[in-house]
Amino acid sequence: MAIEDDVVVIGGGIAGMTAALAAAREGAGVRLLAHKESTLRSASGLVDVLGYDADENLLSDPFEAVPDLPESHPYRTVGVEGIRDALALFDDAVGDRYRGGHTDRNALVPTHGGSVKPTARYPASAAAGLASDSRDALLVGFETVTDFDAPLAAAHLESAGVPFSVRGTVISFPGDFRVDAKVTRYADALDADERVEVRGDGYSTKLPVREALAEAVKPHLRGAERVGFPALLGQHRPAEVRESLEAELGAAVFEVPMGPPSLPGMRLEGALLSASREAGVRFTTGNPVVDYETADDREGTDPDGRVAAVRVERNGAAIPFHADQFVLATGGLVGKGIDSDREGVAEPIFDCRVAHPSDRYDWFADDAFGDHPFARFGVDVDDDLRPLDSAGDAEFANLRAAGAVLGGYDLAAEKSGSGVSLATGRAAGLAAAREVTNYS
Amino acid sequence: MSDAEQPIDPNDANDVREEETVANDEFEPVQVFPESEEMDLRPGSDDCYKCSTCDTECPVAQVDDDFPGPKFQGPEQWRLKRKEDQDIDDSVMSCSNCMRCDSACPSDVPLSQMHNTARGEYVETQMDKLSREYVRNRILANYRTMAELGSKVPRLTNFVMGLDVTKWFNETVLGITSEREFPEFAEETFREWWRDRGGPGVRSEDKRVAYFHGCYSNYNTPEVGKAMVEVFEAFGYEVVVPKQRCSGTPMFANGMLEDAKRAAGINVENFSGLIEEGYDVIASCTSCSMSLRQEYPELFSYDGTASVAAHTYEALEYLRVHEDLEGALAESEVDAGEFAYHAPCHARNQGLDGQAVELLDHLDGADAEDVGPSCSGISGTYGWKDEKYETSMKIGAEMFEHMEAADAETGMTECPTCAMQMEHGTGYEIRHPLEVLADALVDERSD
Ligand SMILES: Cc1cc2nc3c(=O)[nH]c(=O)nc-3n(C[C@H](O)[C@H](O)[C@H](O)COP(=O)(O)OP(=O)(O)OC[C@H]3O[C@@H](n4cnc5c(N)ncnc54)[C@H](O)[C@@H]3O)c2cc1C
Ligand code: SF4
Ligand code: SF4
Repeated sequence: MAIEDDVVVIGGGIAGMTAALAAAREGAGVRLLAHKESTLRSASGLVDVLGYDADENLLSDPFEAVPDLPESHPYRTVGVEGIRDALALFDDAVGDRYRGGHTDRNALVPTHGGSVKPTARYPASAAAGLASDSRDALLVGFETVTDFDAPLAAAHLESAGVPFSVRGTVISFPGDFRVDAKVTRYADALDADERVEVRGDGYSTKLPVREALAEAVKPHLRGAERVGFPALLGQHRPAEVRESLEAELGAAVFEVPMGPPSLPGMRLEGALLSASREAGVRFTTGNPVVDYETADDREGTDPDGRVAAVRVERNGAAIPFHADQFVLATGGLVGKGIDSDREGVAEPIFDCRVAHPSDRYDWFADDAFGDHPFARFGVDVDDDLRPLDSAGDAEFANLRAAGAVLGGYDLAAEKSGSGVSLATGRAAGLAAAREVTNYS
Repeated sequence: MSDAEQPIDPNDANDVREEETVANDEFEPVQVFPESEEMDLRPGSDDCYKCSTCDTECPVAQVDDDFPGPKFQGPEQWRLKRKEDQDIDDSVMSCSNCMRCDSACPSDVPLSQMHNTARGEYVETQMDKLSREYVRNRILANYRTMAELGSKVPRLTNFVMGLDVTKWFNETVLGITSEREFPEFAEETFREWWRDRGGPGVRSEDKRVAYFHGCYSNYNTPEVGKAMVEVFEAFGYEVVVPKQRCSGTPMFANGMLEDAKRAAGINVENFSGLIEEGYDVIASCTSCSMSLRQEYPELFSYDGTASVAAHTYEALEYLRVHEDLEGALAESEVDAGEFAYHAPCHARNQGLDGQAVELLDHLDGADAEDVGPSCSGISGTYGWKDEKYETSMKIGAEMFEHMEAADAETGMTECPTCAMQMEHGTGYEIRHPLEVLADALVDERSD
């Protein structure tokens, strides 16, 4: 017949992988379908739950603020316990790669622009950099890594009133790398501790790159107890790279999260991928899901209101993937889970309703940084995360949605991106798995 | 601009968030330019928002510090090139055409199409046709011609190719590395076997496939083609084997677009006619199916190109969709053991990378362990070039390590050149999943 699984998850971002992981751990046979790399490759790798309230006040305890969110917010659907359970699933999946689980309070992580970001979970590599720590810090930038201007970031941090003194310096990364070398190239060199050519006064010698880097930083240390680098300290062995640098420098070492392409994001993607694989999730990636089949497609009616299969397409050939339950985790406008053109806003696979003003001038606020309705565009769901049609009924009995494809929240303004994806991903995956295990 | 960049003051003007995504829809760049005969890749180039995800996925950029990466080769070079008198950068010849950047890009920028056209133009207008590099590349790209001659006298060819003096000549005169063993030519080609057996063993009105065997399974590994035929016939399919040329993969990779175009024309003509008679096209080599599915429609506009693309499948993919392949395997048993499986880049791009491992999960007596997402590094003709050999082996190092760490002493892959590289790097014998399936599903094998 065909390719058949218990649960099919569409989307390979945090939401999709969490849904797949949660369902597989319940014993369901899960397949994840994803088109491209997810936004995790660009994301900082920080896991925010809720950083700001509606009045743009920084929140110290995100859980306390959840009950005050509007009714339509996805967090209200999954509830505080749902968020906590999702974070527990996350902590278990990523192990000691992440920190922050010891407290409900938001951690404050310095970013590459010198601002401070409230977040619930942060990579272990960023731990020594927290803004609540009072140790004096040195930020080290590299001439060729232009996205991180260390002196400027240090000045921003100081003027933001952090409780420590911080200086920034720019050095050249030791060795003969191209001037436009990719961050992954530096990371690979540090992973392998490649030997690089170092030129001094009238001599040149070859040193392992970690040692050479530490040597280049030492003259700038001047008593700083911790040193921050742009997030490129190793792709596969970040802990080991950090340890060697710490040993050489005699100071704590941390990474400052960077813009895309983001190594912490890539490492997180890798960690979630291996956890999902271990739980038995099957991955089929590279091509888009374009539409779906219902059980009764031939008659054109569907009394059950169920999705029978989704179709993955490549140059006109469509491959159906059958399942009992489906989870839609295709992301928002950036991840391409929500499509917009001049005429309107839509969810392209199932054509689920996306509520939006019919006049496109109402999609925006006049003020460029105002409260834009489009930031909240997404599908509306019932208590069981099933997308709703215009009459308020579930579009399909066996389709749930999770992550940025959901409407009702503004992940960029409130800093809740990964948190919503985790919490709704887990809830959708669990609900799907329970339906399946009930069946058998 | 990253979301990590949350300023203390949320009204900070640096926070542009997602406005661009929506606003972009107002600008439709295609309309700005007059219609032109040349392929206009400008809209694709404008879709690039410089996230560099493609660069992080490029296996060549990972090991070759001189290679500027896919973002430069694709969208940036395209923009530069539109200015007068701007030459194509010769680094485009260092791209191995693995097409990984294609599936990495979140913005659907047609990177490999850009690389293929740039490479074609570079070879056409900037490369000296008398140079050793051009001659060597032309020979490598037209492997089929060489193979056709070689396979007429396989024993002699195998003997000559193995001689030190031949290797010396290849390396010093042609720039083909002497590190590699030339693949042996089979005593009997697939087509000879097919002809001698009298063509199709099964006739059917509604289950019909046309086999694109490609060069390698014809001249070098006919056992893969035989396994393909036998498995499909066991499921009741009529298999036909139309006349065909090389799929074009090595020609794209070497910028020999004219050669590729001729071959594509013949393939499209021969196969599209069969599609009208109810045949689907199947291939056992994932670069061949990739070529028919993606590169033909991206680069050529013969009648029937789209129909061939839409009807082409990889052999196992086809059976999974149309038959209960998992069920059939669950009822079978073989004595094949453990395999270290490598998914070729071109299988990955078609969404086939998990398939072989999944299928063998259902089969008693065979198990495959995925050795990870790294590229094998040989990329067809790439790893045969003297100046690329080292890069090719550096890329492959991760795969070799993982193969050796795996609980297996035999390798498995769908791609003939990946197989060469796997064997070269580990000494393992390499098999095609179809061969294992044939052992499981076909009662009497002909070999
Ligand atoms: C630049 C940037 C920075 C960020 N920084 C942070 C941060 O600091 N902290 C934080 O908490 N969050 C951050 N986020 C948000 C967060 O990382 C995730 O993007 C968010 O949680 C959404 O995840 P998702 O899984 O819902 O969707 P996405 O990550 O968008 O994933 C969608 C997936 O669906 C796939 N897909 C889409 N359409 C189809 C289709 N038709 N068929 C098959 N597959 C399809 C895509 O290929 C992709 O794999 C950031 C995001 C971006 C873009
Ligand atoms: S095709 Fe492969 S080698 Fe060429 S630029 Fe893209 S990723 Fe790199
Ligand atoms: S992945 Fe796509 S959008 Fe990003 S830099 Fe490469 S081509 Fe541009």
